Amino acid sequence: MLNKKDLLGIKELSLEEIILFLDTAAGFKDVIGRDIKKVPALRGKTTVNLFFEPSTRTRTSFELAAKRLSMDVINFSVPTSSVVKGEGLIDTALTVQALGADFIIIRHASSGAPYLLAKHLKASIINAGDGTNEHPTQALLDAFTIREKKGDIKGLEIAIVGDIAHSRVAKSNIYCLTKLGARVRLIGPPTLIPDEVKELGVGVFHNMEEGLKNVDVLMMLRIQMERQGKGFFPSTDEYSRNWGLTSERLALAGDSVIVMHPGPMNRGIEIVSEIADGPNSVILDQVTNGIAVRMAVMYLLSGVKR
Amino acid sequence: MKIAIKGGHIIDPSQATDWIGDIFIDNGRIKEVRKQSATLRSLGKGGQSGRDDPGFRTIDAKGMFVLPGLIDMHVHLREPGFEYKETICTGTLAAVKGGFTAVCCMPNTFPVNDNASVTEFIKRKASQEGHCMVFPIGAITKSQKGIELAEIGTMRDEGCIAFSDDGQPVMNSLIMRRALEYSKAFNVPVISHCEDTTLSESGVMNEGLLSVTLGLKGIPAESEQIMIFRDIVLAELAGGRLHIAHVSTEGSVNLIRSMKERGSNVTAETCPHYFSITEEAVKGYDTNAKVNPPLRTARDVAAIKEGLRDGTIDVIATDHAPHHRDEKLREFDMAPFGISGLETAVSLSLSLVDEGVLTMSQLVEKMATNPARIMQIEQGTIKTDAEASLVLIDRNKKYTVEAQKFVSKGKNTPFEGCILKGKPVLTICRGKIYE
Repeated sequence: MLNKKDLLGIKELSLEEIILFLDTAAGFKDVIGRDIKKVPALRGKTTVNLFFEPSTRTRTSFELAAKRLSMDVINFSVPTSSVVKGEGLIDTALTVQALGADFIIIRHASSGAPYLLAKHLKASIINAGDGTNEHPTQALLDAFTIREKKGDIKGLEIAIVGDIAHSRVAKSNIYCLTKLGARVRLIGPPTLIPDEVKELGVGVFHNMEEGLKNVDVLMMLRIQMERQGKGFFPSTDEYSRNWGLTSERLALAGDSVIVMHPGPMNRGIEIVSEIADGPNSVILDQVTNGIAVRMAVMYLLSGVKR
Repeated sequence: MKIAIKGGHIIDPSQATDWIGDIFIDNGRIKEVRKQSATLRSLGKGGQSGRDDPGFRTIDAKGMFVLPGLIDMHVHLREPGFEYKETICTGTLAAVKGGFTAVCCMPNTFPVNDNASVTEFIKRKASQEGHCMVFPIGAITKSQKGIELAEIGTMRDEGCIAFSDDGQPVMNSLIMRRALEYSKAFNVPVISHCEDTTLSESGVMNEGLLSVTLGLKGIPAESEQIMIFRDIVLAELAGGRLHIAHVSTEGSVNLIRSMKERGSNVTAETCPHYFSITEEAVKGYDTNAKVNPPLRTARDVAAIKEGLRDGTIDVIATDHAPHHRDEKLREFDMAPFGISGLETAVSLSLSLVDEGVLTMSQLVEKMATNPARIMQIEQGTIKTDAEASLVLIDRNKKYTVEAQKFVSKGKNTPFEGCILKGKPVLTICRGKIYE
């Protein structure tokens, strides 16, 4: 059990804590592979999904994870809630807590929103993505998947390609993978990779071909269409021509490379379908593993007496 | 009422005063400032006998500094329009508690102080409910939109002593040029909030590694520096008296220094938070550390101190920006910018004296003499016949900052819980005693 009630970010976790999450997730992976995919571990507890941004896979994944731990799950959807009537975040969350939530899973467009709740609420707060800060459970499920496919993460060459500047997935992965001993490099246009990231101990490549050499793991990030026309890159076409993952480019990385994507994908833009559906892709494994990892997170956080 | 302040260390650079002495006040004016002779001091007497009659209050200032009432040339009093954040009454009470006897209030009220009737309202309210002198700053442009000049001359006649679109920089260089040119007819300073908003966009903190790791949108130092350069060269072109508000970066200090060296007619201010704390205060998404310009790095703090030391920065102002608790108690992106600064400014600034950055006399220049000169206010001096506006400072009093004890409605301070040394213990504003 962990001595904390919240999972806000990977940057606050120690290596031991990360490994505990991953090891615990391995046990739950067995559970969800069984015929009866449910354990009574957290029966009687309640999880509320508080999603202020659209999400399908993360919300569903948390919902399934909670249900497989025998919890009750409420999905709080923003368009039908009092948020549209102008209720503030803390009031909304306090209301949810008063209704009996033990876990509040929050996704929010503002970085730091889960930290605000953690400070003011007794319930366990799990960050399901806040602004451009972190998406810790995604990083844990990515690390879990890499471990599953590649064994030890230590010493692996891992490339993250795309919009690093606006990606909470990239941030959490940088913290997580460097803590686990991988060598991380970032690939993308200079407008989407802030210079300061080098101080986090990662390499930076602006040329995709150079960046792909000797890579063991390749993580493609979703290119958000709304970045186009904001001066980050001139068009998705040009982005795709320079930083899209094609079969020719993948060949530079070698046969045993695994290709990951947090989803949802823009097929034909950051990744071609041949690769997304090809033998190197572990994209669907990531989705499955997400449930096991989120079960582990909720299970471990439940240990704190409140 | 007659008041005698005895045995304090009087410091007033405008009169080259820096000695132990007594001040006698009668009917709101200073009647006499008298240096104590060394003999009297050693005898422990200090002052004359026979003055301790009723209606004559004697204040023992031994061990205290006695300074001219401080002048804060950059505050937000929020009235009219945002009385839930602050009023002229509470803001000026916070001012006198903080050692200030005059404040200059920025025009971003609702309605904006961009016409004489708002100016008149502020002046009238201040004379009815204010605790210190209030000098309004009018908007440069109508509704602070940066498009059309506001009626600077008429507002000047009604009592505005300077003009600024603080918070909403005048992005159009032609309008800024016209403002600097036009203001010459009325001999009023134009105060510039220097920020290229096309570059800072929707930034909420200093741009750097920390903004990247917190996932908060950064405001680069350059967005301030670009506008400082633009405004100084515009002032060279147009003439006029340019004052740069709240300088926060090393590059800005260097820029202002070199432009002053080549003879530019520019003055500049900084705020206590820019030389006391860094962007680290934002960690944990503390909205009380959200301020514009943002808190910068240790390097910038060192440069600001150097700028104060060598005279590049003329003034310490608070940019007192009170907000309601509910507005700050929310997502970092959505919380408003601003720090409630009037009640911590003196203590934070005194640390510059402890560190050897400034002498006491230089500190008084930055907080009274220079603001009085720039804003053409007849205050900031201790001499016979001057208005009796003074502050007594206990140099050694240590205390813990507790926002709940602020008299300002704005409890938004990043210094909560800090132990500070040195405090204004008594303020006299035009003969009235606040303690």
